Amino acid sequence: MAHSGPKTPHPDTLAVHAGQSPDPATGSRAVPIYQTASYVFPDTDTAAALFNMETPGHVYSRLSNPTVAVFEERIASLEDGVGAIATASGQAALHLAIVTLMGRGGHIVASSSLYGGSHNLLAYTLPRFGIETTFVASRDMAAWRRAIRPDTRLLFAETVGNPSVDVLDVPSVSELARENAIPLLVDATVSTPSLGRSLHQGADLVMHSATKFLSGHGVVIGGVLVDGGRFDWLASGKFPTLTQPYEGFHGMVFAEESTASAFLLRARREGLRDFGACMAPMTAFQILQGLETLPLRMARHIGNTSKVVAFLAAQKEVARVHHPDLAAHPDHALAKKLYPAGCSAILAFELVGGRDAGRRFIEALTLFSHLANIGDAKSLVIHPASTTHFRMDDAALAAAGITPGTVRLSIGLEHPDDLIEDLARGLRASQRN
Amino acid sequence: MQFIVEGYPAYAYTGGRAFDPKLAPLVFIHGAAFDHSVWQWQSRYFAHHGYAVLAVDLPGHGRSPGAVRATIEDWARWVAAFLEAAELEKVALVGHSMGSLIALETALAHGARLSKLVLVGTATPMPVGDAFMAAALERSPAALDMEAVWGHSRNAQLLQSPVPGTTLLGASRSLNERSTPGALHAALQACNTYRPSMQALRALRVPTLVLAGRRDQMTQFKAGKALAAEIPGAKLVALDAGHSMMSEAPRQTLDALKEFLGG
Repeated sequence: MAHSGPKTPHPDTLAVHAGQSPDPATGSRAVPIYQTASYVFPDTDTAAALFNMETPGHVYSRLSNPTVAVFEERIASLEDGVGAIATASGQAALHLAIVTLMGRGGHIVASSSLYGGSHNLLAYTLPRFGIETTFVASRDMAAWRRAIRPDTRLLFAETVGNPSVDVLDVPSVSELARENAIPLLVDATVSTPSLGRSLHQGADLVMHSATKFLSGHGVVIGGVLVDGGRFDWLASGKFPTLTQPYEGFHGMVFAEESTASAFLLRARREGLRDFGACMAPMTAFQILQGLETLPLRMARHIGNTSKVVAFLAAQKEVARVHHPDLAAHPDHALAKKLYPAGCSAILAFELVGGRDAGRRFIEALTLFSHLANIGDAKSLVIHPASTTHFRMDDAALAAAGITPGTVRLSIGLEHPDDLIEDLARGLRASQRN
Repeated sequence: MQFIVEGYPAYAYTGGRAFDPKLAPLVFIHGAAFDHSVWQWQSRYFAHHGYAVLAVDLPGHGRSPGAVRATIEDWARWVAAFLEAAELEKVALVGHSMGSLIALETALAHGARLSKLVLVGTATPMPVGDAFMAAALERSPAALDMEAVWGHSRNAQLLQSPVPGTTLLGASRSLNERSTPGALHAALQACNTYRPSMQALRALRVPTLVLAGRRDQMTQFKAGKALAAEIPGAKLVALDAGHSMMSEAPRQTLDALKEFLGG
């Protein structure tokens, strides 16, 4: 028998309202910018209770801030998690997740198809602190399984990788994570909760670079880490940071203190407190301005992308287009299943003529901006081999699906005909000697 | 910390401080398919303000193994056995939702053990609709939605949480999902069928506080008010919150408890 639960607000409504009651101090309908470092304690007993987590509230804006909290609660609602922590950048969110779960001796299995910055952190920087990563091809389930070791504490991948737009099989990888009693963290920057809720697909933790689609305007740097609250840290037995007393907070056992939010509690009480990569209130306010229109924008991004993909796929100057809209893409069926409304406003293609053709193409464009970002209202273009992924050697590049002639596009909100006209001009220029 | 109750380990959270039996005992009982952590803020506060706090995980919930009980009377017998195992006398007993019925029945059947009684989000009878019962029986996700949505103020998904960066409904779903298969249905059944003796209610001599949420969708405010009126000398405090007032209005809930219990 099918049971229908009570009616709950749709994501479009959550995007506009979740996490914000009209300001109790002023009645302000818009989210106020609480531009303050600290908060006055009404009395000494309350001060002590706030410090000792006997009562909730704000103490210092590195730990929490009312404006930042609205953003955290809104994205947590959109993802359907128990809560979130906003961070100074997407990189800070990834770092916070890792250091909350493990220390020296920890091991991560990650997709090889990652944003270059994430790859740097995992491949070069964290080993210096005793945390190792094994990279696997994201579609190779046998490789994921083989790479898991007794000391593995996290599986990590992007829901939709760039530049070759490989779609992570979140249900299968999360099943593997469950079998091994370790969590799956996904970077859902490209898919956003508007196209698919990773926690519903099986992920345990979700992070975003909020600089991208969540904001949509490209004016701030920010990140966020969302906890689904479903992972059983106690049963796993692999996470002493959450299940053993923490001397840095009066012997608190986070999984005892809060069954559902142990991870977020430690991430905030240790990670934000000690590493300090918090989000500024003005940044949260600016992200919220974008977040309100996320569902509207994603629909337009996806609609424009479909038109651009169809155009490029028909051009003789284009050797290959990487986007799951195309039946030839290896994730065509998976993308339809996990992201029925479309999965990516990012696409890549290979020009006939390789690196030189790529240079002429980019320099002939007038509407697309040549820069290192994605998820802007403006359409963007970049040549990954010489920019975002330049630290990777040829083998790592190949593993990430990148060739010297690969061009990545992030499709914005302009009129699609104007985008196609600009691309047509670039394609013609690419073949001139 | 752990006790052995009726042959099974029973876990209770001590509020982040070692349990000191010399202090005034204060025991918290959670509701259907939840655990001790619903009392996160209140238990930690009182543990640091002169009380020996035990926020229990009922059998089959949280960290306590064992079978879920079928009736409120069975649960109350377990609570009495727990108090016996913990060697506690003159306990202040605080219960939420199903836990409020367990606390009430403990007071009616084992009143000599209690010093004070607090009923949070309560009603007698506590009827449960057929749709909720059927969804819980089949362990449908809809049952968790019903518990989460009706267990808070209307449109709580849209409200700012008193705990920065957390969602009000998320923890409810998370705890319910972790509960033993069948725990939610058994609890709803127990709530639905419990009928305390009105005569015994009117003879209750334990000082009682009823904390009722004006926006409670699960146990309506008027039901809490009516129950308070039946218990001699019971005090009623109204909070501007839904059923889960410990998380929806943690400071106001704490203030009401402090006023009544002292602390």
